[in-house]
Amino acid sequence: MKREKKRGEKPLWTLFFSMLKIGLFTFGGGYAMLALFEAEFVARKKWVAKDEFLDMVAIAESTPGPLAINGATYIGYKVAGVFGSLAATAAVCIPSFVIISIISLFFDRFLALPYVAYAFQGIRVCVVWLILSAGLKLFCALKKNALNVVLLVTVLGSMIGCSLFAVDFSSILAILLCGAVGLSVCLLSRLRGKGGAKK
Amino acid sequence: MIYLKLFLTFFEIGAVSFGGGYGMISLIREIVLANAWMTENDFVNFIAVAESTPGPIAVNMATFIGTSQGGVLGALAATLGVVLPSFIIILLIAALIGNLLKFAGVQAFLSGVRPCIVALILGTAVTLGLGTLFGLETLGGGLAADGKAIAIFVLLCGVGFVFKRLLKKSPSPILMILLSAGLGVLLYGI
Repeated sequence: MKREKKRGEKPLWTLFFSMLKIGLFTFGGGYAMLALFEAEFVARKKWVAKDEFLDMVAIAESTPGPLAINGATYIGYKVAGVFGSLAATAAVCIPSFVIISIISLFFDRFLALPYVAYAFQGIRVCVVWLILSAGLKLFCALKKNALNVVLLVTVLGSMIGCSLFAVDFSSILAILLCGAVGLSVCLLSRLRGKGGAKK
Repeated sequence: MIYLKLFLTFFEIGAVSFGGGYGMISLIREIVLANAWMTENDFVNFIAVAESTPGPIAVNMATFIGTSQGGVLGALAATLGVVLPSFIIILLIAALIGNLLKFAGVQAFLSGVRPCIVALILGTAVTLGLGTLFGLETLGGGLAADGKAIAIFVLLCGVGFVFKRLLKKSPSPILMILLSAGLGVLLYGI
């Protein structure tokens, strides 16, 4: 973090420590973190305007990568340019990085304790539940139009099928193919309707 | 060279993973299993750790897998890899193309990606669930249902449902992880 010394401006350090704090105290992933960004940079510090923040959320959701990183990079840039985004992104990652590095030193030995192993047998069930409820929440929010339903059923079916028949399945390929389908459906409906792209 | 491989692998994941941490789980799982970096059980254990420690799930996972394969440098390579695509893309958008989202092509691409992400998350839950609850990995492998695991799952669903009904919100992941840890000790340990 020597770089921000060169600028030596106050906002850069404040930004760095705010992000460090958020990275250290946010449990529960991306959306929890976006809520804290809002509280810190929109409501308290007033560095980012409300509607700009909403734009940022839309961008963070529609670009690849972790929401928290997307959000931190964007806010950092708006507050203090390229160095700001560097400082913000590094700061939001540092707590995770340090905590997990320390945990990974002990994790195997920790799991070797009998009662911890029993606890983790229960916890693995919980992980299934967590992923399922995250998926169901997104499913409920998804518009149930023809394109969405067809893509969802196809991907879900082929993923489960591949796993049952021990065939390799590539999520990356699935994402890119579905994106291509989305593009071609849009193109086709444009060609057919001449500007009547259905939305 | 493991550092380069970690960096490139996570760079690729960071560049195509839409939809946040959960959307990334199926991508990371495939790569971890394909390279034999971890067993399925270890991977699922670690998802619980990533959920109950602060910070973005993606960074937590990259750091953990990186450490397990190449120590601190490995962790650094993997974390940099997963963060860099986001960083570059957002910087470009913030600095140059503020109205990227208004391009029809981007919206059309995303309209296909969105249902795919939901399917990937649900599919991961189903395949993990079949393995954890019913011991079913592949059709050839045979069935070994785990009654205790199923009991825990049903209980968690019940608690989640009651929370939503009474408090109008989902229970916090940490609370559910602690509950299931207790149930695990109770059912398996005694």
